[in-house]
Amino acid sequence: MAAVKQTGRFRMLRWLGDDRAAASARRRLLPEGRLAGPMPWIIAIMMFLTILAAALAMAMGQARGALGSALAGRVTIQIIDADPQARNVQTQTLDGRLRNIGWIAAVHVVPETELAEQLRPWLGGDPAEADLPIPALIDVDLASGVGGDRRAELSRIVKGVAPSARVQAHADFLSPLLSMLASLGWLSIAIVVLMVLATGAVVVLAARSAHATHRGTIETLHMMGATDVQIARLFQRRIALDALLGSLAGFTLAVPVLLLLAQRAGALDSGLIGAAALPPLAWPALALFPLGAVLVAAGAARFTVLRALGQTL
Amino acid sequence: MNSSSHSGLPQGGGPHGNIVQFENVGLRYGMGSETLSDVTFALAAGSFHFLTGASGAGKTSLLKLLYLAQRPSRGVIRLFGEDVVTLPRHRLPGFRRRIGVVFQDFRLVPHLSAYDNIALPLRVAGVEEAELDLPVREMLEWVGLGDRADARPATLSGGEQQRVAIARAVIGRPELLVADEPTGNVDPDMAVRLLDLFEALNRLGTTIVVATHDLHLLSRVRDAQMMRLDKGQLADPTGSLRYPPRPPAFSGQIGVAMPQGKG
Repeated sequence: MAAVKQTGRFRMLRWLGDDRAAASARRRLLPEGRLAGPMPWIIAIMMFLTILAAALAMAMGQARGALGSALAGRVTIQIIDADPQARNVQTQTLDGRLRNIGWIAAVHVVPETELAEQLRPWLGGDPAEADLPIPALIDVDLASGVGGDRRAELSRIVKGVAPSARVQAHADFLSPLLSMLASLGWLSIAIVVLMVLATGAVVVLAARSAHATHRGTIETLHMMGATDVQIARLFQRRIALDALLGSLAGFTLAVPVLLLLAQRAGALDSGLIGAAALPPLAWPALALFPLGAVLVAAGAARFTVLRALGQTL
Repeated sequence: MNSSSHSGLPQGGGPHGNIVQFENVGLRYGMGSETLSDVTFALAAGSFHFLTGASGAGKTSLLKLLYLAQRPSRGVIRLFGEDVVTLPRHRLPGFRRRIGVVFQDFRLVPHLSAYDNIALPLRVAGVEEAELDLPVREMLEWVGLGDRADARPATLSGGEQQRVAIARAVIGRPELLVADEPTGNVDPDMAVRLLDLFEALNRLGTTIVVATHDLHLLSRVRDAQMMRLDKGQLADPTGSLRYPPRPPAFSGQIGVAMPQGKG
C-alpha cells in the first residue's frame, strides 16, 4: 500500500516537474526581458492614476448618495413674524398640525437656545437681549418617496398658518453641490475609461513592437507548424505578466496615497467631506483593477498578434 | 511507374503514391517576371531528389513552395494528396509539421541553445518534455554537438549552426525533408555523415529534396534523382519526375528514437 502511494506520489511529482519544465521551455521561446522595457512602468503609472480616479468616482458617488438621502426629504420652515408672540403661536400651531400629517416623518422645532448658540459667533452674546428678531425654525422630514407635489402642499399649509413664513427645501440649495459631485464622479469614471483605453493602446503598441522584433523567430516557428494561437499565446503570456507586475506596483503605490487622503479628510471633521469617504466595498472593487488590467492587456496582445499573424501566410 | 489520372498526373499521397505534385506552377514576386514558369513534376513518397541549377535559377523559390512559405501565382500544388494552393490558412500548420526544412541561412532562434533549437519542432508539436530529452540528446550526438548542447547559435561556427539546423529539421522524422544547401558550410566528412543521415531517414520513408551545388553529393546516393532548374523552368529530359518510379522498399533504421507529438 505504501509502495502504491509512493508510486502515485512520484508520478504526480514527475508530472508536475514535466509541466514546469514545459512551461519553462515555452517561456524561453521568446527572449527574456521582463521589466527591461518600459511597458510595466507605464502600466504602473496608469494603474496608479486609474485607482485614484476610480476611488474619487466611488467617493463622489458615496457623498452624493449620503447627502441626497439625508437631505433630500428635509424642509426648513422659517417663521419670521417680527412679533415674538405671534411667531410663537404660529410655530406651535404649525408643530401641532404638521405632526398629524401622514406623509411627514418628523417635525423638530429648533429650540431658541440652540439658535442663539449657532448665531453667537456672528452676533455675540444673547441675540434676544440685543432685541434682534430671531426667526423660529422648524425642521420637517418628509416621509421617503414623497415628491415635489407634497412639498407644494406643505407650503400651502404653512402659508395658511403663517403667511410670511419661508419654506426652504434643502434639496433646492444642495442641488448645485449634488450636481457638482455628480460631475466630478462622471469625470472620474471618464478618466478610468480613458485609462483603460490607453492601457489597451499601450499594449497594442508593445505587442506590435514585440511582433516586429521577433519576426524572424515567428517565421521559423510558423515554418515548423506552430499555429497562430500558439504564437499569440507566447506574447499574451509575456505581456500579461508585465501588466500584472506593473498594475500591482501601481496599485501598491495608490493604496497608501488613498489612506493618507482618508486620514486627512477625517481630520477635517467636516460633514460634507466625511460623506465623501470610500464605501466599504470600494477596497475589494479597487483590488479588482489590477486583474482587469491583466485581462485587458492579455486580450489586446492576443488580438494584435493574431491580427498581425493573419496577414502572413 | 505510378498510375496516371486524366490530367496526366498520378493521384494520392499514400506511402507508395506521390507525396508532391506540381502542375503548371508559376511564381512571380510582385509585378516582376516569373521566377518559376510552368513547373510540372511529381515526387514519389520515399524518393530522394537533388535539386540543382545555377544561382538565381529558382531553387530556393521552388523549395519555398515545397515547404509552404509561399503560394504560387498560378498552377496546382498537391502535398500529401491535398491541394495546398487553395488550402485555408488555418490548415497550413498541420501540413508544415509533416515537413522538415533546412534553411540556407539556418534560421536558428538566436536566444535559444542548440538543445532548445533542436527541440523546437517537438515542442511545437506538443511532445512532453520528458519524452523529448532523449531524442534531442541523441540527435546532438549524431551531428557531433553533444558537448555544445547549451551553446547559443552566436557562439557556434557556421558548420555547427548548419548541423543544428539539420538536426532540428529531421528530429520530428518528417514525411518530406527539404534542405537548401545543407552541406554548404561543413567539411567533407561531416557532409558525408549528414548525407548518411538523410539516407537513413529516406530509408524510413521520408521523401528528401536537397538543393545543392555540390556535384560530388549526387553520386553518393544510390537511386537519387536529379531535378535541374534553368531560368525558372524544370528540365526533366527523362520524364522520370513527371512519372516518377516507385521508391525502393523501406529498410534500415536511423539511430534516433523519434517521439510522436500530440499534433
